[in-house]
Amino acid sequence: MADLAAPIAAPVAARATFASVATALRVRYFGTPLNAVITLVCLYVLYKMLPPILGWAVFDAHWTGTAAQCREARSGACWAFIDEKFWFAVFGLYPYELRWRPATMLSLFSVMVGLSLFRRLWSKQLIYGWLAASVLMFVLMDGTFFGVEIFGTQVPTRLWGGLTVTVFIAVFGLATGYPVAILLALGRRSHMPVVKWFCVAVIECVRGVPLVTIIFMAAIMLPLFLPAGMTIDRLFRIQFAYTIFSAAYLAEVVRGGLQGLGRGQYEAAESLGLNYAQKMRLIVLPQALKMTIPAQVNTFIGLFKDTTLVVIVGIFDFFTTLRAALGDPNWMGFPNEAYVFAALTYFILCFGMSKYSQRLERDLSPETRR
Amino acid sequence: MKFATIFAASAAAFFVFAPAAVLAGPALDAIKQRGTLRCGVQGPGNPGFGVPDTQGRWSGFNVDICRAVAISIFNDPSKVEFVPVTTQSRFPALASGEVDMLSNNTTWTLTRDTNVNRFNFPAIVFYDGQAMMVPRRLNVTSARGLNGATVCVQPGTTTELNLADYFRQHNMTFRPVVVADLDELRRTYDAGRCDVYTNDFAALAAQRTLLTNPRDHVILPERVSKEPLGPAIRQGDEELSNLVAWTVFALIDAEEMGITSANVDQIAASSTNPVVRRLLGAEGNMGESIGAANALYARTIIKTVGNYGEIFERHIGTNTPLGLERGQNNVWTKGGLLYAPPAR
Amino acid sequence: MQTTSPSNVGAPAWWYDRTARALALQAALLFAVVAASVFFFSNVQTNMAARGLTLGFGFLDRAAGIPIGESLIPYTPSNSYARALLAGLLNTLRVAVFGCLLVTLLGVFLGVLRLSENPLLSGLVGAYIEIVRNTPVVLQLVFWLVVFQQLPSVREALNPLPGVYLSQRGLKIPVLEWNDAAAYALVGLALGIAAAVWTMRRARAHQMQTGEYRRVWPICLGYLVLLPLAAAQLTGDRLVLSVPELQGFNFAGGAELSPEFAALLTGLVIYTAAFVAEIVRSGIQSVGKGQWEASRALGLSNGRIMRLVILPQALRVIVPPLTSQYLNLTKNSSLAIVIGYQDLFSVSNTSINQTGQAIEVIFIMMTVYLVLSLLTAAGMNVYNTRVALKER
Repeated sequence: MADLAAPIAAPVAARATFASVATALRVRYFGTPLNAVITLVCLYVLYKMLPPILGWAVFDAHWTGTAAQCREARSGACWAFIDEKFWFAVFGLYPYELRWRPATMLSLFSVMVGLSLFRRLWSKQLIYGWLAASVLMFVLMDGTFFGVEIFGTQVPTRLWGGLTVTVFIAVFGLATGYPVAILLALGRRSHMPVVKWFCVAVIECVRGVPLVTIIFMAAIMLPLFLPAGMTIDRLFRIQFAYTIFSAAYLAEVVRGGLQGLGRGQYEAAESLGLNYAQKMRLIVLPQALKMTIPAQVNTFIGLFKDTTLVVIVGIFDFFTTLRAALGDPNWMGFPNEAYVFAALTYFILCFGMSKYSQRLERDLSPETRR
Repeated sequence: MKFATIFAASAAAFFVFAPAAVLAGPALDAIKQRGTLRCGVQGPGNPGFGVPDTQGRWSGFNVDICRAVAISIFNDPSKVEFVPVTTQSRFPALASGEVDMLSNNTTWTLTRDTNVNRFNFPAIVFYDGQAMMVPRRLNVTSARGLNGATVCVQPGTTTELNLADYFRQHNMTFRPVVVADLDELRRTYDAGRCDVYTNDFAALAAQRTLLTNPRDHVILPERVSKEPLGPAIRQGDEELSNLVAWTVFALIDAEEMGITSANVDQIAASSTNPVVRRLLGAEGNMGESIGAANALYARTIIKTVGNYGEIFERHIGTNTPLGLERGQNNVWTKGGLLYAPPAR
Repeated sequence: MQTTSPSNVGAPAWWYDRTARALALQAALLFAVVAASVFFFSNVQTNMAARGLTLGFGFLDRAAGIPIGESLIPYTPSNSYARALLAGLLNTLRVAVFGCLLVTLLGVFLGVLRLSENPLLSGLVGAYIEIVRNTPVVLQLVFWLVVFQQLPSVREALNPLPGVYLSQRGLKIPVLEWNDAAAYALVGLALGIAAAVWTMRRARAHQMQTGEYRRVWPICLGYLVLLPLAAAQLTGDRLVLSVPELQGFNFAGGAELSPEFAALLTGLVIYTAAFVAEIVRSGIQSVGKGQWEASRALGLSNGRIMRLVILPQALRVIVPPLTSQYLNLTKNSSLAIVIGYQDLFSVSNTSINQTGQAIEVIFIMMTVYLVLSLLTAAGMNVYNTRVALKER
């Protein structure tokens, strides 16, 4: 019986599902006249946009070959250009023979990021791991550690370039900016007027001006502020500007967390007899920082995109390196490919981060899940 | 005050663990002590004059000038670091000591020599003049017919100032389109945004080859300005100034005497001409006089990068995509302006 | 903790006292700030002197010599640096003001569309938001510049309306020539706006009191059209329309919207609107479902529910983050330098290059941006207190 019933019941169920899906679709896409018009307009937009884009980027594109072959065809995108310049865009002007060093540094970075994605692994050890990895990343890039050659000759920062520099500026900007941000946020909520107004002034002044002006100031004005004979490496000057900038923005995020914490937490901590440092370190900051992790990730996405602005002072970051590749006499005339490739890279990285932050937001706040 | 110094120094040391180079004494000593010459070149790249290749190695006319100077100082063409600078950041970079020398088509002007930044221009390596390029279909034959035109120009350059002067001098008006990046500027002109594209002639010729249809554009005959281009260094080090100047002169002299990278060894061995022998270090001690690493500096330079003509032809000459004629940039014996003071 | 009884063995060291510690800390910070300022200032003077420069704003009066493409005030290269910087500032303001207006409209529109029940539409808007939010704005600006350069050349300009020309040189539209009549008309227009606002307020008050709806928009329109025209008649001059005409290389006459300005405005608006749309969406979602149901029960249409019930309540949530988006847009306008629009940053940059007076110019530039930001924030705060929940 069961054998007989099954083949009869199954098609009925399938039909019913199909019919209900069709109805649902009709209601959703053509429920009202307005809705129908919207659907048709959307379909038309897609019809107009997708085929040319896909044709250029995929179907008519050249994936390998030389510039001459690309120019001859001249129909679709010339991804052969990216193929040729990919590693240049990743490593920039870093000496060719020593490219294994930034490559190792990027791998190390990827592994650390991969580990950090798992919340199970979040612990003090991970933070120490990051600290150790940061030092190692720097030593890999530079080659020396306090003057001792560890990985061969020293490579000065002006030869660093490409994606490595983008990652370097963003990661170290965040790593050095984070503690400063916490100090600024705490300072802003301090009862000591001088401390409070100093922090307010720093935060508001930095947030009130465009990042390019701060970068510009670090690149051009900072040397004037130093005693004659003392110079600071250009990349570190930019890094300094970037740190201050990210600290001011992160400080406001952290302040939001501090304010969001109920008075009871502060009072309870005080009634336990904890002093200010203990209260902040053990009770307040862990909660405030955890609460604002999604906002911190969003701020970091913004900061990561802003690394492109170092183009103003001629640092060879990922975007600028791609543009330099455009100047190669053998590979002239493929700007669209370079820009699309750059946009795609940034998109993948930022979109990944934002998706992750959304998941974190859900995971970290089950009580507000709707 | 002392506390402040210590405080700021320790603060700086805390934030930036970068080696703080101390520019003690003359620049040449500092370069020798450091072991590399830092040469500022146009970034992200200027085709023919200096671009990084796929492996990140720089090549170009200006780049070879840097290499020649490095040979003079260290007897080693690899002891030079190329620092990309933009038109906007080049002067601060030189003034602050971030680079020792600019080799990026900087025009020698009175203000730059004395006023704004106190630089020195030891020698001229390229004689140029500002020119204007227009699309052929506009049927313009003279820059005087450009009243009311839209002009594409790079900001922060002498070009920008000359442009304004020229139109004011001839009672004409123009509408500038100011784009900092050279590639972006070219595309803007190519797209038809401007009627005129103005730059130094050599740069203009280079840029023309990169347009969609180079033959649809003409460079007008007028030269709006004189643009003597050369390496720039900070004022205050006569030794470095001498060394750069005589390195450039050696390149020019070599071409004038017909010494090339191919025949330099043979000439050095066989020549009896005292002028040639002095230049190649077989007689006298010119190397020591200019502060070079050794007496054979000119020989090494010519062997490594070639004479002036060879550098020119290799990067920007008629057989390159830029296709520039020698014109004024020929030795004086062949009708050009390159005239090196006697090396004796 | 703060007080100790005198019977204790000796007084405790001062650093156990909270007030004293706070004072000492503040004094140290103050001293550090002052010391650092003095140190940096003396370095600046030494370094400037070494380069043959003196600190000071004297250079502002010198002739700039730098050409500026578009300016809201008359400007030629023979004008002073001060005027060049002012022209740059006005260009920045132009982008910021139009940008904030447009971004509000587009952002609200997209935020509402994002919540559409049609999955295709909300999906498309969602894709737009994700793409735009996750790519650097510099890249987007370059993209828009290329788009605007694809327009036909100046000789084949599109002519959609009489006197309106669209080409890769930008949009040319006819404008009134500036003369006495135009000035009077402007005063008339101001009066007209005032009269229209007053009429509308009266009508609103009337409706509040009696519930009777008065149709006043034709009267208002009349004020807006007739008052300027009437005012223009008061002078001997006539209103003259300047129509763009192709002369030589370019269009002469009329007003111009340059492609650089258009690309910057479009790029910034499209970019910022994606963020605003998300803010608006979450604002609308923060309004309880009960509000929709209650409004439907009153028989209001979907559009009116949104306009009269939902958005006013959502504004409370929307306004604070919207303020920071306005600030972001204003600050991002400094990226104009990448596509060749001469805003404050671009002009400052060139001025530094030509004069070497980096400190003064950067000081001016940063102060101006700071003041702009603070003014915007202050204005939005005033607005925020108006829309904030008033608990009675």
